[in-house]
Parts: sequence; C-alpha cells; structure tokens
Amino acid sequence: MSAGNTIRRRDFMRAAAALGVGGALWKAAAPAAGATVWQIDPQKCVQCGRCATECVLSPSAVKCVHSYQICGYCDLCGGYLQPSARERDTGAENELCPVSAITRTFIEDPFFQYTIDEALCVGCGKCVKGCALFGNGSLYLQVKQDLCVHCNECAIAKACPGDAYRRIPAEQAYLLKARPAGGSGQE
Amino acid sequence: MKLLRTLTLMFAAVVVLGGLAWAEFRFPMPEFESGYEYPEMHTPPPGRTNDLWDVVLLTCALGLAAWFVLKRRSRPAVLGLTVCSLAYFGFWREGCVCPVGSIQNVAEGVLGLEVVSIAVVCFFLLPLVFALFFGRVFCAAVCPLGALQEVVAVRPVILPRAVDGVLGIVPYLYLGLTILAVATGSGYLICQYDPFVGFFRFGASLNMFLAGGVLLVTGLFIGRPYCRFLCPYGVLLGWMSRFSKWHASITPRECIQCRLCEEACPYGAINVPTPDKAPLTAKEGARKLGVILALAPVIVALGACTGLLSHTMLARIHPTVQLAQRIAGEEAGRYQGMTIESEAFRAGVQTKEELYAEAHAVRADFKWKSAVFGGFLGLVLAAMLASLSMAGRRDDYETDRQACVSCARCFPYCPVEKDEGAVAEQKT
Repeated sequence: MSAGNTIRRRDFMRAAAALGVGGALWKAAAPAAGATVWQIDPQKCVQCGRCATECVLSPSAVKCVHSYQICGYCDLCGGYLQPSARERDTGAENELCPVSAITRTFIEDPFFQYTIDEALCVGCGKCVKGCALFGNGSLYLQVKQDLCVHCNECAIAKACPGDAYRRIPAEQAYLLKARPAGGSGQE
Repeated sequence: MKLLRTLTLMFAAVVVLGGLAWAEFRFPMPEFESGYEYPEMHTPPPGRTNDLWDVVLLTCALGLAAWFVLKRRSRPAVLGLTVCSLAYFGFWREGCVCPVGSIQNVAEGVLGLEVVSIAVVCFFLLPLVFALFFGRVFCAAVCPLGALQEVVAVRPVILPRAVDGVLGIVPYLYLGLTILAVATGSGYLICQYDPFVGFFRFGASLNMFLAGGVLLVTGLFIGRPYCRFLCPYGVLLGWMSRFSKWHASITPRECIQCRLCEEACPYGAINVPTPDKAPLTAKEGARKLGVILALAPVIVALGACTGLLSHTMLARIHPTVQLAQRIAGEEAGRYQGMTIESEAFRAGVQTKEELYAEAHAVRADFKWKSAVFGGFLGLVLAAMLASLSMAGRRDDYETDRQACVSCARCFPYCPVEKDEGAVAEQKT
C-alpha cells in the first residue's frame, strides 16, 4: 500500500466523517429553539420533600412562592400552623415551617398576610402540603431562576415522583397560579 | 398568555368538579377594607442561560490548545491552558456547559424528540471539528473533566496493552447505553453518572463523591481513567482524531529510534515500532480481509440477538418500568412499605392497569432499540478484532491517533526536540 493511497483513504474518511456529523446536526439543530429553564408544574407537585434534598445546590434553588391573589388570608392557616398547634401565634412550637421562613403579619380583622423569607426557605414543601390540604393552595414550590444553575438534566426532575418538572422557555420562566376569572373564587 | 388561559381553564374545571382531585379555593379571597394592596411576587429572571459567550470562549480555548500542541509544542503552555479551563469550565461554570453531555441533547434532536439550541449544537460540534483537523486538543486542555484528571496524574504507571484494549471497549458500551436511554426517554445517563461535577460545585450526593474520589485516586496512578475507560464523547473524538488532518507527533522531525519516549505516555497512546513484522503478502492480506468481512456480520448479528434477548433487563433503566415493578412487587407483598414514588402513584389518578400497560409499551419500545444497541457493540467488537489482526509494520515511534489526547507530555522526552534551538541557531 503506497503512501499516496493511505492519504487518499484518510481524506475520504475525513470527508465522510464531516458529512456524517454535518448531516446529523443539520437535522438536529433548530435555529428557533431558544434557551429553556427547569420549572415545577404546581398542579403535578406531590410535596414529597425531594426538592429540598435532591438539588445539586445546598440549600436548594427551589423555594416556596406565595400567590397572594388566591390566598384566603386565614387566621387559621394550614400552611403556617402545625395541625396540632395549640395557639394561633408565632411561637416556634406552633409553626409548620422547620426553618421559620414564614412571617405572619396582621392586616385587618380577621386577615393575616403570610410572607416567605426566601433566604431562609429550603424548599421542603411542608407548608405547600399544609396549604393544599387545608387552604387555597396559594403556597407552592417554584425553581428560583436566579439561583438555579440550569443543569442539563435537573437532579430533582430525575427524582421527582410526580413528574412535575419540565423545561419551559426562559422568557416565561415561572409556572404561576393565577386568580380565577370572575374575581374572588368560589362564591 | 396561553399559559394564563390554560391555568384559568384548569381553575374553572377545579371549581366545577368541586375540587375533588385538586382541592383548592376552599376559602373566598378576602375583600379588604383597609386599602391593602397585594405585595409583588418575587420571580427573578434566569441568571444565566445565554451560552453564546461560552461558545466563543470554547472556540478560543480550542484554538489556543491546537496552537500550543502543534505549533509551539510546549507542554507548560498546554498545562497552563488546562488549569485555566479547569478553573473556568469546571469551577466557575460548575461543569455544566459540557460537550460530553451535549451528546444526549444532540441525540434527542437527531431523533426528533426535542429541539436543540444552536449553542448546544456548537458545544457538541466544535471539539469534533477541531479533532478532525488537529487531533483531540479538546481533551488535552479544554475539557474540565480531563483537566481535573490531567492535574492529578502525578505517578502514572503504564498499563499492559491487553488491559488497555479490553477496558477501552467500555466507552463504546457507555455511548451505546446513553443513546439507548435517550432514544427510549429514560433520561440522561452521562449527567446522572458524571463523577466530577460534585467537585466543581462543592456539593453532591455521597455516591457521586465516592465515584469521583475513586476515579481521582485511581487517576494518581492510572492516567485519566475516566477519559480512557468511560468517556463516551472520547469515542467520537477518537474517531475524528483518527482521520485528523494534522496531529501532534512525538518528534518534530525524523524519529531516531532512541526509545526515550517509550515510557513517556501515561495514557498508552504511543505505538512502538514493529520492524520485525513481515508485511502481509497480497494473498495473505486478502484471505485475512475475507475472513474478517465474513465474520463481521456474524458478530454484529450475535450482538443484535444478545441485545434483543436482554431488552427486558435494559428496560429497567426507564423510570416507568421501575415504578411498575415496584408497584407489582408491593401488590405481591414482596416489599415492605412504600417508596415516595409508589406513594405518589397511589395518590394520583392513574390506575395500576394503566401503569402496567405503559411499562409494557416501554418494554416493547426497548425491543428493537436494544437490538440496535447490541448490533452496535458487535460492530465495535468486529472493528477491534479487524484492527488487531490487520496491524501492519511500523518503523517509528508514533502516537496512536485515536487514543492520543494531545497532552504534549511526550514532547520533552524527544532528544530531537531539544536540538531544535541549536538547529534554529545553525540556520541563522
């Protein structure tokens, strides 16, 4: 086999490789495809608590958010108070949140506002469960996009038993609950 | 807007159904009299999703690496770039702009399961294109996974050729499994089993740290264990590099057969001369080629059959199949208690029969895809046997283009290299 032959074969293989890769990518690439981010579908979330433990970040990039628009501003809040709470006050033994990240503020009789302190929240979803079981479901988990490192495969998504994680366009990076049409809900 | 409409519709449905499946709006929203205004929700935009800047940096790093390896032939320069890449792509970008993982996204795109953004395609393509021209310069000084192993390879020993060859099959297996997982919607294996990303982020599960730690400690003595015996992207780069236009050579000019570089490569990528090997006669060569060509389809068919037979086992990488098995096991009383998955399933609306049917469909989907996977492995095996038996005569010490990661470690070993300065002086 002469040297000339070898080089020709190599050239051929190189061209074939380039063609193969190019062809595959021509099929794969979608010029319109924009950046996407991971987000939790609150309708699918089962509040298992894995968002707090599975995220590659510590503490997790998942935090509880509060849709004030659909909150009942209840005095007896299922998301704030332990089911066995003796008093409806800010005592740590009465609070559901393990890190005391929910602040309770009196607004007007008989309404209280509940605010999430994002710096403290670990995304465990305990309050979400409480609010979904006894309240309006205004507390729910979302991936905070400023904290998220946008893994190629989200570690929480892989572990999510409710299959609640999906990629959504980065321009509309949250799946928020909104107030139903017609004003103030179930009346 | 569409989202809002969907949500609204969903809420309406919930209200109509009396909130059976998803009890909400138990309490009316208050009508405040004190002029209270709803606070704003804190929904910060994504911090960083535009990877185009990273694409530019990747191109620059690859260009520099190629220049350092092929033109400057400088090991310190390559090492310096390696450290920079480790710092940026590894620790700063936390190992998640990664051509290795992009295989999966691109595979999804090619199979039409997902749309892939241009940045991801660039990340996949650039190192391959550079490998087609300059060899695996990406491995040499850009890949953060390679860089981490490159800097810990302080006391490398040379593995026996046979061990190297046998372990070298594993990356093909990994690549095949990865594509199979993507094709069947079972997730991204490369990302799930990335051993080093935990170090880059200073946090990971214990298993991840253990796997990474074992690889790094091994890497002290066996150079780049992940790159050589696991990395699926290395397979693709190797193919490209094999036919590269230019490639790092041990000596800048004529090899003088001094044997000084014989033990220079910790990655087993230097081919020693085989001057005693008589070249095959045309007849012998034709016969050998004939045997290989006749055997190859048999090996491929055997592989495909093995893949087909093991498709139920392979299907266990799919989460739906895992869940169905768990539920079936719980029903049969084989497990005590419930996992979070089975609990969530039982709380959901899907019935057991539906789940079993879904798992059955997944298994059926695995059938011919497993056969293709097996056939691919058979083909790899056949190609390896062919290259083993067809190896011809070699007179000089050469880099094994497919295995060589262009790390430039062998350059200082070559005495011809040291003469370079003298030669240059003589010329002037």
